[in-house]
Amino acid sequence: MSTDTHAAHADDHHHHDGHAHGSFSTYMLGFVLSVVLTAIPFWLVMSGALPSKQITALVIMAFAVVQIVVHMIYFLHMNTTSENGWSMMALIFTIVMVVIALSGSLWVMSHLNSNMMPIHQMSGMK
Amino acid sequence: MSPDLLKFIFGRLGFESLPLHEPIVVGTFAVVALGGAALLGGLTYFRLWGYLWREWFTTVDHKRIGIMYMILGIVMLLRGFADALMMRGQQMLAFGGSEGYLNAHHYDQVFTAHGVIMIFFVAMPLVTGLMNYVVPLQIGARDVSFPFLNNFSFWMTVGGAVLVMASLFIGEFARTGWLAYPPLSNIGYSPDVGVDYYIWALQVAGVGTTLSGINLICTIVKLRCPGMTMMKMPVFTWTSLCTNVLIVASFPVLTVVLALLSLDRYVGTNFFTNDFGGSPMMYVNLIWIWGHPEVYILVLPAFGIFSEVTSTFSGKRLFGYTSMVYATVVITILSYLVWLHHFFTMGSGASVNSFFGITTMIISIPTGAKMFNWLFTMYRGRIRYELPMMWTIAFMLTFVIGGMTGVLLAVPPADFVLHNSLFLIAHFHNVIIGGVVFGAFAGISYWFPKAFGFKLDPFWGKMSFWFWVTGFYLAFMPLYVLGLMGVTRRLRVFDDPSLQIWFVIAAIGAFLVLLGILSMLMQFAVSFLRREQLKDVTGDPWDARTLEWATSSPPPDYNFAFTPVVHDNDAWWDMKRRGYQRPLTGFKPIHMPSSTGTGIILAGLATAMGFGLIWYMWWLAALSFAGLLVVGIGHTFNYHRDFDIPAEDVIRTEDARTKLLAGAK
Repeated sequence: MSTDTHAAHADDHHHHDGHAHGSFSTYMLGFVLSVVLTAIPFWLVMSGALPSKQITALVIMAFAVVQIVVHMIYFLHMNTTSENGWSMMALIFTIVMVVIALSGSLWVMSHLNSNMMPIHQMSGMK
Repeated sequence: MSPDLLKFIFGRLGFESLPLHEPIVVGTFAVVALGGAALLGGLTYFRLWGYLWREWFTTVDHKRIGIMYMILGIVMLLRGFADALMMRGQQMLAFGGSEGYLNAHHYDQVFTAHGVIMIFFVAMPLVTGLMNYVVPLQIGARDVSFPFLNNFSFWMTVGGAVLVMASLFIGEFARTGWLAYPPLSNIGYSPDVGVDYYIWALQVAGVGTTLSGINLICTIVKLRCPGMTMMKMPVFTWTSLCTNVLIVASFPVLTVVLALLSLDRYVGTNFFTNDFGGSPMMYVNLIWIWGHPEVYILVLPAFGIFSEVTSTFSGKRLFGYTSMVYATVVITILSYLVWLHHFFTMGSGASVNSFFGITTMIISIPTGAKMFNWLFTMYRGRIRYELPMMWTIAFMLTFVIGGMTGVLLAVPPADFVLHNSLFLIAHFHNVIIGGVVFGAFAGISYWFPKAFGFKLDPFWGKMSFWFWVTGFYLAFMPLYVLGLMGVTRRLRVFDDPSLQIWFVIAAIGAFLVLLGILSMLMQFAVSFLRREQLKDVTGDPWDARTLEWATSSPPPDYNFAFTPVVHDNDAWWDMKRRGYQRPLTGFKPIHMPSSTGTGIILAGLATAMGFGLIWYMWWLAALSFAGLLVVGIGHTFNYHRDFDIPAEDVIRTEDARTKLLAGAK
């Protein structure tokens, strides 16, 4: 049989895969973006610029999500092709898991809250 | 010394913390102390400490770490099973006004310790040990991706086990059940150290589990040999990958839940209290988001083992490889969608309960598909009823019963009747013993010759098999009956004398399982003594199919002198069929990672920190934490991380194998 059963004894020593490690300017850009995305929520809370606390909280959460994306792109150097797509796959899996755990918990806990909390808190219920 | 100083040094620990008033514990301590002293004395007398430290404790070789995991699992099995025997004895006796022989304080610790030990320190080490040993060999790698991390993970698991064992003699263990639900586990109802032992044992071991999960994912993704695409990986490697993905995704949830519980206990927050906005139900919700994937973490590798064993001992390619892989992946995802079935009765509405009931029933579809795959693999195969295959068949029969009672429990109305009953206890022992434990035993008897170079003695193996299987059925079928009659779990005394006979049968079953465990220990001893007769020189004693059998038994430190190239699912079978010739020349130096003692030192410090936190010895906790940082950072300056095995050593090892193989023909 001519089929090769052993890899040519290539260099076993650790070598770097060709994934990007970022440059000074991308790190700087990421840093500035993170600072801005952190500063705006602080300003929103301290100045009370938005009419209600609930809206402020939601806006801050939105900023937090953008912040996560910034970190992933500029600091973790993630893109759709890095590590042969494994990073992207892991990210999608993580998002699915987090969405399941968070939305499931909210759903379950809201049910438990309305069904199981003491009588005096149940005025709104039938 | 002043009381203030004593309190500073020893925290809550005092002479009254020693359970001297419990004769059973004192007796156990005497036996353990004598046995331990004999062991330590023996090691010192035979001058084995240096050998153990150099070759085992500090090793970064995945094979040795795997074996150490297995030893940890088996040792802890003895402890966990002793707890089981005590419970069976207590429940058998405590009828008709008798209080049995265990007081409530002791009994509650026993059932908690049994659950915690069996899941975290028996099942997890056995599963992790098998994955650690087998996965790198199956994918043609020389070691895992991060060998030092592997050593560190193992010792962290040991650290957790040490804390649990310490609680037996210093203080007490939790009396809360194995998941420590608040408000019972909160400081108001459990002010003693029991729950703190529970928390810190699991936190220390949890670090190890999470890191070894990351390590094995990385190994499987990055270190497969050339030609081994994802869909050419052996099924055990596939199930290991999915299991480790589950570990990495779910163990952080456990870590966070326990951290929140410790904040409640240590600094007076109110995450899970009854008052001040806390919600104990949130704890139950969160811990089962970890807890349900955990059972699949345990059983998926077992499914992988059964797949390898069935196809090897039927002499056939695994039926439906692709469907097996997809079933595993589907189970991985679905295992995150069912957690509420552990608390149907907590008060969710009909819509929530039916959603989780249906998702639970759906999981039985991919699992059923696996079962049919194994059956069709056996169909018209030349089945050899060796020990691993016997365990596999026992699994198939037992697990189907457990699976069916599981689907029964997944129906919310039925669950309202059976929740918290002995029916549930029977169900999960049915799937965990029938699945995970039988799987681990199949794996041990299957891969033992690979790890040690000789097969296990079949006579004592069969004794163990029959004791275990009959013992299991005798011990747990009565529990189904009792559960249907409405007996709840964790009871210490009973009023109704008509129930006693079922508990007596269950106790007899537990005794048979004890004989099974003793037979297994006997099997190890006898096999060691008969190792020359049971010797395997070929490296492939079962005429198997995957790459781990391509190398010698036991494999050399470097696993494979040349990295294999794979062209087929059953790589080694394919190589044998094509008349593979082992290369005899052209060996080169092999680059390997060096041993290091950092892992065991770090884990020792982490364990000391846990002990300090448990007993409020803040100085010890702070000092150990500082030590962790110093040693951890110090290790980054260790540049002696690798070395090359000289070509002459490789040639010598390979020539010795060539001679052995020539002698075998």
